[in-house]
Amino acid sequence: MSAPLTASADPALDPLDRRIVAATQAGLPLTARPYHALAERLGLQPGDVMRRMVRMLETGAIRRIGAVPNHYALGWTANGMSVWDVPDKHVDEAGRMVGGLEFVSHCYRRPRRLPQWPYNLFAMVHGRSRAEVADKVARIAAVLGDWDGGHDVLYSTKILKKTGLRIAG
Amino acid sequence: MNVAQFGVLEKDLLDDFQRDFPLVPRPYRAIAERLGCDEDTVLELLCQMIKAGLITRIGPVFAPHRAGASTLAAVAVPEDRLESVAALVSGYDEVNHNYEREHRINLWFVVCAPAAERVAEVLRDIAARTGLEVLDLPLEQAFHIDLGFPLQWS
Repeated sequence: MSAPLTASADPALDPLDRRIVAATQAGLPLTARPYHALAERLGLQPGDVMRRMVRMLETGAIRRIGAVPNHYALGWTANGMSVWDVPDKHVDEAGRMVGGLEFVSHCYRRPRRLPQWPYNLFAMVHGRSRAEVADKVARIAAVLGDWDGGHDVLYSTKILKKTGLRIAG
Repeated sequence: MNVAQFGVLEKDLLDDFQRDFPLVPRPYRAIAERLGCDEDTVLELLCQMIKAGLITRIGPVFAPHRAGASTLAAVAVPEDRLESVAALVSGYDEVNHNYEREHRINLWFVVCAPAAERVAEVLRDIAARTGLEVLDLPLEQAFHIDLGFPLQWS
């Protein structure tokens, strides 16, 4: 019998969690029983592997489990990092509004580095063309209204390196 | 295999399973049941999509700021040095994303290490080796939980 699945308030990963992270970051095995295969490799019980992954989902250490699409290969070739200068006192509310837009894949607050870098809110926008990205950026600007103290869109022109995150097991 | 050849099954697989991949002993069979096909078909299609580079993997997507330390770094690289500086940056094991972007600040990369000291050390090292200023733009707050991506096939 398996123990009940319980949420943990502590998001920290213990050494066993970290081994599961290390063993799955390149993907789950494409075999009928992937968690069993994983458990065998790690010397664990399949139920433990699944339970720990459920818990990591609940604590947010795992954002999601599923197919990770290669947007570029699927035709989503325009990738725009939109960056916004939002008043500090409004940036968190602005972030929640922009992050709530369904077409924004990532939305983060980051520090300004004046004078070189005045922007404190980042929102990633993808599209099949730059025109599509530009339309979406205009929608973000409309949502921000007066809080948009200046923005820019940095299109990626070349992916020079992209690997899964690596972490020691 | 390419996107133009995608049928309903391929699209459903990508639309419905970027998140909530079943945490059950036979997840591919559970997916097959939901899509109305069999387990072997699901496994075969996913293998083909991976082989064709349309999906990079099936598995967990980890929140980077929890699994170790990381930052987004950016450098304004003179055009004639871009290739060599980009190669130097990509040469670090700690750099897992490195993008060229259209901007005066044109090289953007993510540095990720088990501890924050090593992240800082990599940034200092890159600045020293290139003689260029490296902007350190760590994540302070995330506003969106990445639940996958609507692909809007139409």
